[in-house]
Amino acid sequence: MIRRTRIALLAVGLAMASPTALAQDQAAEGIAQYRDMLEDDNPADLWELRGAELWKTPGGPKGASLEKCNLGLGPGIVKGAYVRLPRYFADTGKVQDLESRLITCMMTLQGRSFEEATKQHFGSGSEKKSNMEALVTWIAAESRGMKIQVSTTHPKEKDAYEVGKQIFFFHGGPHDFACSTCHSQDGRRIRLQDLPNLTTPEGARKGFGTWPAYRVSQGEVRTMQHRLYDCFRQQRFPEPRYASDAITALTMYLAVSANGGEFAAPAIKR
Amino acid sequence: MSKRRAFWLGAGAMVAAMAVSGAAFAADKKQPKKKDYRAAALEVMKASFQARGQATLDRLNQDEAQAACSRSAAGEPLASDLKKKMEEAQSATVKYPADSKYLGSWKSGERIAQTGRGLQFSDDPSEPAGGNCYACHQLSQQEVAYGTIGPSLYRYGKLRGNSEPMLKYTWAKLWNAQAFNACSDMPRFGHKGILTEEQLKDVMALLFDPESPVNQ
Ligand code: HEC
Ligand code: HEC
Repeated sequence: MIRRTRIALLAVGLAMASPTALAQDQAAEGIAQYRDMLEDDNPADLWELRGAELWKTPGGPKGASLEKCNLGLGPGIVKGAYVRLPRYFADTGKVQDLESRLITCMMTLQGRSFEEATKQHFGSGSEKKSNMEALVTWIAAESRGMKIQVSTTHPKEKDAYEVGKQIFFFHGGPHDFACSTCHSQDGRRIRLQDLPNLTTPEGARKGFGTWPAYRVSQGEVRTMQHRLYDCFRQQRFPEPRYASDAITALTMYLAVSANGGEFAAPAIKR
Repeated sequence: MSKRRAFWLGAGAMVAAMAVSGAAFAADKKQPKKKDYRAAALEVMKASFQARGQATLDRLNQDEAQAACSRSAAGEPLASDLKKKMEEAQSATVKYPADSKYLGSWKSGERIAQTGRGLQFSDDPSEPAGGNCYACHQLSQQEVAYGTIGPSLYRYGKLRGNSEPMLKYTWAKLWNAQAFNACSDMPRFGHKGILTEEQLKDVMALLFDPESPVNQ
């Protein structure tokens, strides 16, 4: 579903959301209004369009497109794939999220190296666009409105979920932070930002089911990989490697907790 | 990524997978033994993170309190005698100011309370770290962008007075929040070297000085 983008609205929205200009309640209200306003004008549309093109475009040493990529439902099937990820893949013997799976396809179908498949995995401005963020936006958008239904029936899926849960509650670093420090209570905020309680189904649906999202503050669409990367940074942890098993396991924990919720990405965020 | 790093990444993942499936195997053979997901999670994390800037991999090595608090958060609540022991151990770490002066400048304290930077892999290690108190606490009336993970500290000094025991308690709380509350969500600013003694004095002044915006 592609909608038109009107950038003028963005500027209005930004001004309204400025927390310094307004008292707190008004600021929160402003952000909510701003989100409503942009509901039909999400700049993520541009990423979505580009992702749909990239999927079909031949590339890599083998000059192949990604159209035969198996995201779990069979080669080339995209609709409904995102709401069933992460999942176990027999060909790699691993539980993979979408990004890790796309890397596999870029390596096997297109003959790219891991390094090439993951270069510019996070975009930064028009000079350094991320193909990965575009592909994920499109593939995720194809599951918009569907129920999140991530499985733990395979033993490795169960293992990934349990490992992710342990990581979620793992305190460390100079600040003693764990994910649970910021995300295990209802109705809390850091500064003005609401923190979903990711240990409840409602909170997990909100926190997981709205990514990838267009981030106004960054002018980019960001994926769950990036969200978790940035939370680990705030947690004062070392740098998580892109598409690493810790990120997949945490994503598994969040996704399974969100099961049954309606998938509402791509969303718009601060 | 270099070939060697890709190899080690793969190897790390394999070790992690083996740790998990090894535990699975043991569980199949011996009846009730539960899988050790904590150990598996640590293996996975060791293979998944890399040092960057000041955020080195030793940050994944937990101290005793962090390990106990992780278990507790994941669903094994602390027994009350253990909680008490932990608080005693944390209390013992508190260092009081050598000159017995607790209060610095509230103006610097306000800056420290506003600053969220410090100790992240994206931060410049030559800059002093902030306390980021506003992330979790209301402090003054002017600052509306405050978080609610901790209680409001608005009018802290005005409400509690600045008796010696109150100054001492607050100093200790800032030095090591877990001295009074094992597994507190508040960082242990002095104990973990996040803030210096001088910075702590400035934050103390923010809380207690009658001129400070906290007490208006
Ligand atoms: C020091 C605080 C802190 C820690 C620790 C932290 N986060 Fe976050 N998290 C935030 C903030 C702040 C936001 C952004 C809220 C906003 O901008 O509205 C956020 C947002 C998120 C979101 C998106 C929520 C949404 O509704 O869009 C997810 C998911 C998330 N965090 C997961 C995690 C996980 C998993 C961990 C542990 C690896 C973690 N966080 C650790 C502060 C933290
Ligand atoms: C990540 C969250 C967080 C940050 C950052 C934080 N605190 Fe706290 N703080 C808490 C929580 C939660 C409590 C209540 C639980 C407890 O007492 O352990 C608390 C309690 C306190 C108390 C005790 C209040 C009382 O009623 O006795 C004081 C004083 C305090 N904080 C001051 C500060 C100051 C000053 C800073 C910054 C230098 C700061 N805090 C930073 C979370 C935080």
